Amino acid sequence: MSLKIIHQERQEFSAERMAEVQALIAQYPEGKHKSALMRILHMAEEDFGGWLSVETMNYVAEILNIQAIEVYEVATFYTMFNLEPTGKYVFEVCRTGPCMLVGSDNIIAYLEEKLEVKMGGTTADGMFTLKTAECLGACGYGPMLQCGKQYHEHLTKDRIDEIIASYRSGVVPKEIAR
Amino acid sequence: MSRKILLEHDDVPGIETFDVYRKHGGYRSVEKALKTMSPQNVVEEVQKSGLRGRGGAGFPTGMKWSFLAKPEGVPRYLLCNADESEPGTFKDRYLMEKIPHRLIEGMIVSSYALGANTSYIYIRGEYMWILDILEKAIAEAYANGFLGKNILGSGFDLDLRVAPGGGAYICGEETALIESLEGKRGNPRLKPPFPAVKGLWGCPTVVNNVESIAAVVPIVNDGGDEYAKIGLGKSTGTKLISASGNLVRPGVYEIEMGITVEEFIYGDQYCRGIANNKKLKACIPGGSSVPILPAHLVTKTAEGTDRLMTYESLAEGGFASGSMLGSGGFIVFDEDQCIVRNTWTFARFYAHESCGQCSPCREGTGWMEKVLNRLEHGQGTLEDIDLLAEINKKIEGNTICPLGDAAAWPVAAAIRHFREEFEWHVTHPEESQKRNYGLVLPKSTLV
Amino acid sequence: MVKVTIDDIQIEVEEGTTILNAARQIGGDVVPPAMCFYSKLPGTGGKCRTCLVEVAAGSEKDPRPMPKLVASCSTPVMDGMVVKNKTSERVHENRGGIVEFLLINHPLDCPICDQAGECHLQDLGFEHGKSATRYKEKRRTFDPITIGNKIKLHMNRCILCYRCVAVANQLTDKRVHGVLHRGDHAEISTYIENAIENDFSGNMIDVCPVGALTDKTFRFKSRVWFLKPMEASCSCSKCSGKAVVWMFGNEIYRVTARKDKYGEVESNEDGKTAWICNECRFDKKDASKWSIEGPRTINRHSVISQNLYTSDRKITDKKLN
Repeated sequence: MSLKIIHQERQEFSAERMAEVQALIAQYPEGKHKSALMRILHMAEEDFGGWLSVETMNYVAEILNIQAIEVYEVATFYTMFNLEPTGKYVFEVCRTGPCMLVGSDNIIAYLEEKLEVKMGGTTADGMFTLKTAECLGACGYGPMLQCGKQYHEHLTKDRIDEIIASYRSGVVPKEIAR
Repeated sequence: MSRKILLEHDDVPGIETFDVYRKHGGYRSVEKALKTMSPQNVVEEVQKSGLRGRGGAGFPTGMKWSFLAKPEGVPRYLLCNADESEPGTFKDRYLMEKIPHRLIEGMIVSSYALGANTSYIYIRGEYMWILDILEKAIAEAYANGFLGKNILGSGFDLDLRVAPGGGAYICGEETALIESLEGKRGNPRLKPPFPAVKGLWGCPTVVNNVESIAAVVPIVNDGGDEYAKIGLGKSTGTKLISASGNLVRPGVYEIEMGITVEEFIYGDQYCRGIANNKKLKACIPGGSSVPILPAHLVTKTAEGTDRLMTYESLAEGGFASGSMLGSGGFIVFDEDQCIVRNTWTFARFYAHESCGQCSPCREGTGWMEKVLNRLEHGQGTLEDIDLLAEINKKIEGNTICPLGDAAAWPVAAAIRHFREEFEWHVTHPEESQKRNYGLVLPKSTLV
Repeated sequence: MVKVTIDDIQIEVEEGTTILNAARQIGGDVVPPAMCFYSKLPGTGGKCRTCLVEVAAGSEKDPRPMPKLVASCSTPVMDGMVVKNKTSERVHENRGGIVEFLLINHPLDCPICDQAGECHLQDLGFEHGKSATRYKEKRRTFDPITIGNKIKLHMNRCILCYRCVAVANQLTDKRVHGVLHRGDHAEISTYIENAIENDFSGNMIDVCPVGALTDKTFRFKSRVWFLKPMEASCSCSKCSGKAVVWMFGNEIYRVTARKDKYGEVESNEDGKTAWICNECRFDKKDASKWSIEGPRTINRHSVISQNLYTSDRKITDKKLN
């Protein structure tokens, strides 16, 4: 696997966010503060552009007073962490068995065609990154894709058109209640 | 018969809020346990109930609790495993999304039983919106005196927190979950020592699935004996089944254990049959890692008796003609689906999710994925099929954690029951490319 | 003390001893191979699965056999336990499988690998490997990364034993390398280009069972079997100064720690492990800086060392000179 290291200017948490981070750390017993790492990484990703640069990871290591490599080890282990910049919205399409049975292959093909970019790529306008994902726990409601905190389920071509149009206009599309 | 115990009131508007939940009998078990029962009494009720771990292994929960070491002056921890990631399983998500307070209620009573004063719900990172739901519900429970110091004046203190994962199936393995909670890579630990002796931060720890913890609520409310009356034999209680694949009505169902598989697939209360008027081809009854069953072994056992939705009946016939209830991830295949393609997606899943720590799993899962990829795409040989079976045997039982077995079993079972289909891919490379396996959308979701 | 029987040989060992260590107390070919366990590095083991053995009887109290093969490096013996290693067909079969797994993605570049001749993977392949590969897929490769000017990392050869991570954790004050990613693309790396430089980091080379971490100061200088291993010592303020210098004529080609027959760095008289410092390892190549005590017996069992590193030093010396 090749490691592509992309740098980013060092950013820091806002005072408000830092208070949240410190409160989180304080929840753990003395000396067990490393336990806050995953959640802080999620926060950092949220605050610093949707991905974790080396600078961000080093910053998190400083906050937790641990070696930087301990952060790299964790950030590279868990697939949710992006280690390079992504589009504004990341579509992660589930393609494991249960979703495959109800047509995730079609959805992948349609998204690639519609957004004119292959899985793993980002659209030229920087709006969308397409990715495949392994089982996201929506098996009965497939085909589906995840975008941030939103699960978009029961996908059809029409529904994908709607979702894309909605994101393009800056509105997170609502999901139909089950 | 459909019986709602865990999902009781899931259709009541606002049930996700404390007030509505409380109005519908919520938190009664906390009052009962903290005011009238000793922690040991609660453990005994859970033992009497015959509750078996709902995460997949089916190990008796009461027995697991009884193993917890209780050295003086050392904190104990209860961890809720909400890392639901087994393909085909989405039941815990449903419960947490709809009735978050049921899990919190179960956590309070279970923590009381185990003597844990800090407990964690470890939830898969992709379920981040459910983390928000849970944290909101937890804040309500604190505000109403069900969490925090001296709960209901009982002298029992409990802090409950939620911790997110970051995208790793392996963290559903209890020691990997503990590692992850400690802010590390999700590498499973060598056992012994077991978590009951040395778990989170080296302290005695119990890890239970969401559904198991939620089931403690009715067990305490009605008594273990009453709970044990539900179900059949050693499969007591109700079970959440996540139904997916080519069904008319996939979704999460709470069933009383003991109903027939036939009723579950075709019954009006449940999945209502195979989508698009097609025929049943196969079924994986307990999540991706359990053996697949061909149609003739789904509703009947090899002996010709009705197959039931119980731990025992689904396992009848062993791996030769049976499967497992597992996590209750019930995946159904219609006649047009390709077993090779499905097996390949599972192999890809396990290769993707292997932590890479031990060599049989790291190398073996990747190897199986590559061979299956070739077979599915018409570039396999007949020897490849035997090779797969061989690789399988070398992974199974030889790894640090059960992920190796979970990766090996579905491949072995697919070859056992659908060998001709694998061979067909070899002998008909072009047709196997053209055949539009897996691309058939059920009408309900078709554009 | 507890009694345990390994391959029909009974031995009494202290309670808490692992099966592997009990087998090492017996010695000889009842000892399972270990690629990741390293007795001098607590916490290692359990990962490579080459030391799997069959437990035919769990203990005197509960004589049932264990259903799965167990990792002998991390399973403690019980009183009355009966273990089968070389006498078990199942072990033989499965160990062969593990070796195959370790080799499918290995580059098999032994002809140009500095570890050749003292590589544990070669030994393992020699003893348990198959004569041909069944792996038809493309072998995994990693982009090379630089980890400093003394140690060379060849990730393609790595078997992920985690020993070098344990060295960094236990012998150095600041770990800069670790295991990144997961599954079959997990790798040893520093992530960002970062030199692993610390007084004791060179011990990573000695604990590496394969040619993934090698000594840059010895790179391509000679095949190890052409060198004369000599026990030597020097006065060093950082380490014990007890080492093996590998000579060609009067020239020192490389310096390593003194290792026992299991390839582990020996213990000093004081019981501490005789790790050597980087200065002794990389910078003292001048023979005058060492007091050379005499030839070192290298006890290896692979085909490569069949005729050279035997206890019969005369033959060895004759062949070398």
